[in-house]
Amino acid sequence: MAKYLLLKHYRGAPAANNDVPMDQWTPEEISAHIQYMRDFADRLEKTGEFVDGQALAPEGTWVRYDGEGRPPVTDGPFAETKDLIAGWMIIDVDTYERAVELAGELSAAPGAGGKPIHEWLELRPFLAAPPTITE
Amino acid sequence: MDEALLRSLTPSVLTILVRRGADFAAAEDAVQDALVEAVRVWPDDPPRDPKGWLITAAWRKFLDAVRADTARRRREERVDEEPAPGPAPTADDTLQLYFLCAHPSLSPSSAVALTLRAVGGLTTRQIARAYLVPEATMAQRISRAKRTVSAVRFDRPGDVATVLRVLYLVFNEGYSGEVDLAAEAIRLTRQLAAGIDHPEAAGLLALMLLHHARRAARTTPDGALVPLAEQDRGRWDTASIAEGIGILQAALARDRLGEFQAQAAIAALHADAPSTEETDWAQIVEWYDELARLTGSPVVRLNRAVAVGEAEGPRAGLAALAALDDSFPSLAGSSNRDPLPRRTAVAAYLHERNGDLATAARLYAEAARKAPNLAERDHLTRQAARLNGRR
Repeated sequence: MAKYLLLKHYRGAPAANNDVPMDQWTPEEISAHIQYMRDFADRLEKTGEFVDGQALAPEGTWVRYDGEGRPPVTDGPFAETKDLIAGWMIIDVDTYERAVELAGELSAAPGAGGKPIHEWLELRPFLAAPPTITE
Repeated sequence: MDEALLRSLTPSVLTILVRRGADFAAAEDAVQDALVEAVRVWPDDPPRDPKGWLITAAWRKFLDAVRADTARRRREERVDEEPAPGPAPTADDTLQLYFLCAHPSLSPSSAVALTLRAVGGLTTRQIARAYLVPEATMAQRISRAKRTVSAVRFDRPGDVATVLRVLYLVFNEGYSGEVDLAAEAIRLTRQLAAGIDHPEAAGLLALMLLHHARRAARTTPDGALVPLAEQDRGRWDTASIAEGIGILQAALARDRLGEFQAQAAIAALHADAPSTEETDWAQIVEWYDELARLTGSPVVRLNRAVAVGEAEGPRAGLAALAALDDSFPSLAGSSNRDPLPRRTAVAAYLHERNGDLATAARLYAEAARKAPNLAERDHLTRQAARLNGRR
């Protein structure tokens, strides 16, 4: 089993095919979308492939050390070009192919007009030591 | 095995050990060991005096631990002599523990964790689950808290207001997993209110009961928020409401008003109304005025603007909101680090009621972006979508 991080972006990812802001959908379309995401997570829990997931607020801040005795430097939060992570889900699957399959499925969540959003999700494998053969 | 009984006995057993000279952390470990033994032994051999049994067992565990530690051999001589049995004070013990666990030297999160552990008798694992942190993290938080208070003298009561604030923090966490923190906070506040003569303790208990009574109606089965106006009032817990109102009335009659009593009074007016329209909004505005006087909190004045909008119409509500902006200049035009993230949602609601659907839709969408949690974000996005579809 290997863990993968699925990243959903507010900004920084290529535009989705069905790229309509959520507040322009109908309430029913929003409900359908939320239900799809929930069903997806439930299903992965049942197959034992779900690890964790969280949504993140849109506003982040870049922070770095600025020398002894000085407060950290912060940047933002509204620099325009920045990539912004909207949320993440961690899955634990047998193969890379399975991870891609699931990410594809999540990207097909319904949006405006009930049609799949086709949004781009980033798939990042966890770094892990190769399995040790003891026998 | 009566888990509730064990939990209710834990704090006073702990206090007695500390009184006998055990330091807080060692006493706490000994009590936990005694509880484990109780769980093992009691089902086959129930004690006639559970509290006495626990005290004896915990004291032995404590002595065992001291004896086992050879480096502490000299201290053993000092403590290895059980004090003569005397009258065992009861309620008073637990109260001291409340004050110790809410000691001002602890951070709020540490105070909450220690209270749930020492007063509530929850295990570290249960507390960690309730706060969604790893057990090791919670164990560290608790042992740090224990170290902090181990130097504190255990002789005089602390600040009631701090204890109440800690209990309110527990209640507001409200996560309903293995341990229902809202129910746990009510249980502890009930115990506290029975032990001290303080109208604000009663006020907090009333407030919790009144909020908790509406819990079943507040979300749909799939977790979406249901606003007060749309809640099925038939699902409110009328017994809880009646109890909360009774406790509140007795507290108010003492004529020592505080913020929890005022908040409970507002909750009582909502709970008493058959519908949003029939709510006594004018009186709610008056209570918000009292609350603003007591706390000076911008959140209170934001809620007051909502009440004014209901009592005198949306224009009056928007005027109250504008007055709020004037007194908090940083609010005007700030879309980031908003000290009042719900302000935008309130403005959206008032504009909608005033008939300005375009502005309302724009503000709902903006409020969704600032929402503090997912349920609220989804709710606000739906509101924006509803108005965008209607225009």
